[in-house]
Amino acid sequence: MTKKKKIIATASLAGCFGCHMSFLDIDERILNLIELVEFNKSPINDIKKFTKHCDIGIIEGGCCNDENVHVLKEFRKNCDILISLGECAIMGGLPAMRNGIPLKECLEEAYINGPTVKDVNPQKIIPFDPDIPKILNKVYPCHEIVKIDYFLPGCPPRADLIWNALYALVTGNELLIPYEVFKYD
Amino acid sequence: MSTFVKFIIDGKICLSEEGKQLIEAAKENDIYIPTLCNYPGIPPKGSCRICTVLINNRPATACTTKVTENMDIKTSTPELEDFRKAVIELLFSEGNHFCPSCERSGNCELQALAYKYRIAVSRFPYFFPERTIESWHPKLIKDHNRCILCKRCIRGIKNNEGKTIFAYGRRGQYLEINIDPETSKNISDELAEQAMNICPVGAILVKEKGFITPIGKRKYDYNIIGSEIENQ
Repeated sequence: MTKKKKIIATASLAGCFGCHMSFLDIDERILNLIELVEFNKSPINDIKKFTKHCDIGIIEGGCCNDENVHVLKEFRKNCDILISLGECAIMGGLPAMRNGIPLKECLEEAYINGPTVKDVNPQKIIPFDPDIPKILNKVYPCHEIVKIDYFLPGCPPRADLIWNALYALVTGNELLIPYEVFKYD
Repeated sequence: MSTFVKFIIDGKICLSEEGKQLIEAAKENDIYIPTLCNYPGIPPKGSCRICTVLINNRPATACTTKVTENMDIKTSTPELEDFRKAVIELLFSEGNHFCPSCERSGNCELQALAYKYRIAVSRFPYFFPERTIESWHPKLIKDHNRCILCKRCIRGIKNNEGKTIFAYGRRGQYLEINIDPETSKNISDELAEQAMNICPVGAILVKEKGFITPIGKRKYDYNIIGSEIENQ
């Protein structure tokens, strides 16, 4: 008798893909994982849209633009359990370091005044094409936008932490988190 | 000669000199009471409230309480643990604590306490206050984003004339700890290092000394804060 595999979706919002890289650091355990789960929408398999309802959604990165918010809400709608993976998803992380600086100043530094752009942008244009996602006034942790069920901290979260958490969640076994895998950096 | 008193911590009979700070007396008896603002050798302040324990069933801070005969102390009840977690989470929400980019990460007492209590996320919304970084000083950096206003530096660091080199500036929610430009003018490298080490977080840094210890060899990478007291 084959058990129904749990379905996982993942996304990277305002993150650096480091958490996904750490996910791949589970090494050969990925063979065990693939026995237990199947992947739906995820950068790992390049499925762009949800094709079915998922059991677990893993979110890397916080929300820095309206597209991030849209994707996050899609995940909430399509996943039973949502996990914030890594510091950026949990508290905004490095992108949130701009939260203390007014948005106008950030954009002017990035497109007009910064040392690498000030000579190449004589018309002083800040990109405003409607196809470009609109940047938010600040970077928001995921749980301030939608309900998040579990949080796995780290920058990136240690592969053992991700594996232990996923394995416990999928199999229903007890979750063990050794001290040395629970880190913020 | 000092007299010894008998008191009880979590059911264990303890002995210590009368009038000793409870947090130190507990340490002598191999019991760790978590704290952030207390530092051995400098006068207690009681500002962080993390060392709150139940003394004869009434909450009080262990750093500002002196031990007396027959005190009955509880350091860990579900309410106390949750209260401590809440204080730590509040500190994380109130400042800008970006651990991944902090020079003190791995050696930070606030972070180590959060590890101890397995705090994955703060229950409070993140405040993201607008704070500055003072980097004008020749030897020190004062990062107000990370400061938890515990006053350890004000209490513990004096220049060779005995004057404090840190002081409170501004008021209310804008309160911050500044470096005094006059008294700190000619501080020695040792004193600068001492100032960095007395800070429980990464708010005081010595220039060109960041990230000097590799990951895996830092103080709290493998050791839970307080384990050196409990495992004696």
